[in-house]
Amino acid sequence: MEPLMSRRSFFTRASLAGAAWLTPLSQMLTRAAQPDERNAAQSVILLWLGGGPSQLETFDPHPGTTIGGDSRAVDTNVRGIQFSDGYPLLAEQMDSLAVLRSVLSREGDHERGTYTVKTGHRPDPTVVHPSIGAICTHELGVGRTEIPRHISILPGAWPARGGFFGDQYDAFRTGDPLQRVPDVTSRVTSERDLQRQRDLDVVEAAFARRRRVRAEATLHQATMNQARTMMSSEQLQAFDVSRESARLRTSYGNTPFGRGCLAARRLIEVGARCVEVTLSGWDTHVDNHEGHRTQSAILDPAFSALIRDLKDRDLLRRTVVVCAGEFGRTPTINRLGGRDHWPSGFSVVLAGGGLRGGVALGATDPDGRREPTDPIGIGDIHATILSAVGIDPSRVMNTPIGRTYRFSEGTPIRRLIAGA
Amino acid sequence: MWLRNLFFIGVILGGIVGVRAALFPAPLPPRAGQFDATLVEAEDFVALVTQVDAAVDSGIAKAGLKPAPRADELTVVRRLHLALMGTTPSLQEIRQLEAYQGEHRLQWWLEGILRDRRSADFLAERFARAYVGTEGGPFLVYRRRRFVSWLADEFAKNRPYDHLVRDMIASLGLWTDKPATNFISVTVEQDQKNQPNPERLAARVTRAFLGIRLDCAQCHNHPFEDWKQADFQGLAGFFGQVKLGFTGISDGDGEFELENRKSGKPETIAPRVPFRPDLISAEGTRREQLASWVTHPENPYFARVTVNRVWALMFGRPMLEQVDDISSVEEVPPVLQLLADDFVAHDYDLRRLIRVITATQAFQRDSAADHEITTDHERVWAAFPICRLRPEQVVGSVQQAASLTTLDADTHILLRLAGYGARTEFMKRYGDMGEDEFDNRGGTIPQRLVLMNGELVHDRTKEGIFSAATRIGWQASDDRVAVRTAYLAVLTREPTEVESAHFQSRLDGSTGRERIRRMEDLYWTLINSTEFSWNH
Repeated sequence: MEPLMSRRSFFTRASLAGAAWLTPLSQMLTRAAQPDERNAAQSVILLWLGGGPSQLETFDPHPGTTIGGDSRAVDTNVRGIQFSDGYPLLAEQMDSLAVLRSVLSREGDHERGTYTVKTGHRPDPTVVHPSIGAICTHELGVGRTEIPRHISILPGAWPARGGFFGDQYDAFRTGDPLQRVPDVTSRVTSERDLQRQRDLDVVEAAFARRRRVRAEATLHQATMNQARTMMSSEQLQAFDVSRESARLRTSYGNTPFGRGCLAARRLIEVGARCVEVTLSGWDTHVDNHEGHRTQSAILDPAFSALIRDLKDRDLLRRTVVVCAGEFGRTPTINRLGGRDHWPSGFSVVLAGGGLRGGVALGATDPDGRREPTDPIGIGDIHATILSAVGIDPSRVMNTPIGRTYRFSEGTPIRRLIAGA
Repeated sequence: MWLRNLFFIGVILGGIVGVRAALFPAPLPPRAGQFDATLVEAEDFVALVTQVDAAVDSGIAKAGLKPAPRADELTVVRRLHLALMGTTPSLQEIRQLEAYQGEHRLQWWLEGILRDRRSADFLAERFARAYVGTEGGPFLVYRRRRFVSWLADEFAKNRPYDHLVRDMIASLGLWTDKPATNFISVTVEQDQKNQPNPERLAARVTRAFLGIRLDCAQCHNHPFEDWKQADFQGLAGFFGQVKLGFTGISDGDGEFELENRKSGKPETIAPRVPFRPDLISAEGTRREQLASWVTHPENPYFARVTVNRVWALMFGRPMLEQVDDISSVEEVPPVLQLLADDFVAHDYDLRRLIRVITATQAFQRDSAADHEITTDHERVWAAFPICRLRPEQVVGSVQQAASLTTLDADTHILLRLAGYGARTEFMKRYGDMGEDEFDNRGGTIPQRLVLMNGELVHDRTKEGIFSAATRIGWQASDDRVAVRTAYLAVLTREPTEVESAHFQSRLDGSTGRERIRRMEDLYWTLINSTEFSWNH
């Protein structure tokens, strides 16, 4: 195992970073926004519904049945597909969405379920799998992006990790876009800051004096330079949603999650590979319906505005939007009016990236007893997303202990691949 | 009325005394505990260190490399503190060391560390990761903090390591009352009808205590070794009778059952060990039998995996890369075997093992030399490996560097509490390394950002009556002393002539708040240097 970078690759990267400095910023911004030559999508936006949303009160309503309780449904703009009545705005975008209604996982615990859905693999004591965002960041090029390419906005308890790819592939965590991005602003005047940099050179020279190769291999200074590049990058403005029109901001909803979705769009425009935006609060063991009403009032405007906005800018083609939680909720309603954890038949929504829209795949049993028809595995969803961004889902790598790791254990969902 | 006024006056006076005591600590509290030189002068101790040195030397010679020279004393002391207490030494501690005139300076110092409660606490947390992981685990029936503090108590008593392990595998009772049982209850799963999971227990036991990743064999046969799926299942069989109930963990009857993958029918799995069945004790519960087999002096893996882990704690890097899968190496390094044999022969005494490792030339070698040092040198211990510090080591060092006196259990409770929130926030932003703690990784951009611009460093270095930077600025007799003191407090070393001259010129002629700002800059600079965030 050779964990630290060799000198040569270090210098190659360092000189690339150096070249990035010389390019005028405006030019860099436009270049970053230009689509790749390839047809595949470039980025993934993951709307993470932390806690596990009820499929019945979101994308798979069963009105008038015992399991549906008294929930109602609303027609979408695709004939024959209904959403829960909390999603009137999103219903108008159904022709762009693919609703997977028969998703199966085998993990009914929040932490393990989150791991499984985010990585596409069940927890395994011998390896930590990279999340889908880490895979995209690892596999797709850097381009001219100076800010983190894997970002988690409003992270919950288990934000996306780089796994065995390394901590540098962990999602960069940031909060409500109303607030400043953490730790990217120097606390002293630029004059003092420059002096500190010069002072630091003196200390670094002393440390490197009799251990030049090993000191360089720590990449400490190289990462420091990257961090400084980021601190002064114009691209940081992508986090700042106040630069958007008031009308657009309102359409996403005046909520941290809505602002997060808007920031996600801005971030993929400057080359972010995966932005995860978390909306927690779905763990409705008590009073499920009321909880889901509160949640849908946040999710419906944000999700629908995001799809519309991406379409308006012709970005939906090259962006895969995923909306998922760690599992669904039981068809039965418990004594407290709540629904409990249910990994065997829940909904995930995909959109964009050239995937077919206007379809609902699989079906759950209206009585809540039998397994869903046309079951879809978590691995299949991952394989679909990966193919959409042009990464071979069957690619195999070695884990640090020499076991084989396949990007995805599933196969792409054929009915969603255009032309298939 | 009078009483109340008196009370208030008393409170205020108490406060003044408290602040004064914190500001002007007693000159140099002597270091507690006596040192028994015979421990390290004993013939077998000296002989073992010599053998280990010779074995390392022969490895270096075989690789055709030239070893680095011996590191200076403070560098080695920094390593000891980081490895065993998770912080750099305080200025106060450095002064105590400087004042010591006796022999065996390093071993004398190490003895003080080993008796320090901070060391038991830190080691307990590091070991706990291998035993129970870092997860919160199942609600109510698992108390990680109880488990860790129990471990710390046992380390503080220096209880033989094999006893600890037997407790973990075989204890009965409630997780609150008999904290060792948390090793069992952490595997309780809802899907398993709220009972401990025999397969996860078998996996933990083999990885943590035998260094075999038998859990690879949970699904298929081990990729490199002779372990079969049946071996794994046989070990799980020893946990077939463990139960969780109102009285906590107990042993009942019944057998471990597993669904046969082909027929789909449940199958009874009898307890069976993969090798040396003759080492199993005939007495006791199934778990006691397994514990006796695991910790049997003739079980070759138990001592090796422990020595490899302790070596990794000390060096930041294990002798065999896969701490929990050392069984797959073809050749056991002679150094590992020497230390493992001694560990068994001396009743699994962790402190002796640490003393021996500390005494080796390998541990005391520099990470720098006049010739070029490469990873090849580090691989054969011809130079001390440069390794990234863990988040808690970084945060601990920032906090310690910002205080001139030692932060320990005696530190005022308010100061410790104030540190707690900042510490948690810092760790969250810096990123924990989880269970695979000896993965050798480079630093990340968020780590650099949080050290450069984050709250913790800012808060600990800005002007303030408790800030070490401020106080050095006030109290140092001249600029040279101020620079030297800051270097000792932050980097545990003297500045070079060039550094000293540079930073003296930065402080030169400054007074009042400007001087304090420049001291803050000096602190910021040292904390953001490579050497602060890396073990070297």
